[in-house]
Amino acid sequence: MRVTVLAFARIREVIGASSATLELPEGATAASLWRELAERHPELVPLESSTRLARNGALVERGAVLSDGDEIGVMPPFGGG
Amino acid sequence: MEGASAVGLPCDIVASPIELERLIAAVRTDACGAVVAFLGVVREFADDDRAVDGLSYEAYPEMALPELQAIAAEASQRFGEARVAVVHRTGALALGDASVAVAVASKHRAVAFDACEYVIDELKRRVPIWKKEHYRDGEASWRANAGGSPARA
Repeated sequence: MRVTVLAFARIREVIGASSATLELPEGATAASLWRELAERHPELVPLESSTRLARNGALVERGAVLSDGDEIGVMPPFGGG
Repeated sequence: MEGASAVGLPCDIVASPIELERLIAAVRTDACGAVVAFLGVVREFADDDRAVDGLSYEAYPEMALPELQAIAAEASQRFGEARVAVVHRTGALALGDASVAVAVASKHRAVAFDACEYVIDELKRRVPIWKKEHYRDGEASWRANAGGSPARA
């Protein structure tokens, strides 16, 4: 399946793009998407505990199984205001 | 179309300068005896006293706007009836520019003060917006809010 990664702020800078397409095996979870990203960009590893993931605009658990076409937001701690 | 809350008041993320007067005009009615407004502005020195040249904000609008609308709806009921408007700006901001504005009108002032504080506190915690501080020495860094990493869903 194919999912779209939306990267923000520091994570966008590490990845070098605000969005990317990832090919993942069927049954892949949010956690496996993160592992795939961290493998490609080792600078992400120390950011894992502070990073939140959103699926199609809603916060999602790491164990959630992804679907083809999902948009996954990869979000460092918020800083609005 | 401009972003609006469930009751049609301004609730938006914008790239252009914030007009607080417009928010105040939108929330006030003859039934409201109190109007409270909050403006967050770019200040000269960071929390660690580094001299700041400006800030840049980015948002995840497809998630940030619904979250902002949810916060406005909560604030309009939680402390008593209130009319709530909130706008956050993104892009490059200079010293003195407003990054966020909240305007609340209610019958009496206590509800308006409480609702206004609730909106800015929850915005900082829940809305996917990010801030980068640009320092006068040319460096820059991303700054997170206290509590800006909401519990995993």
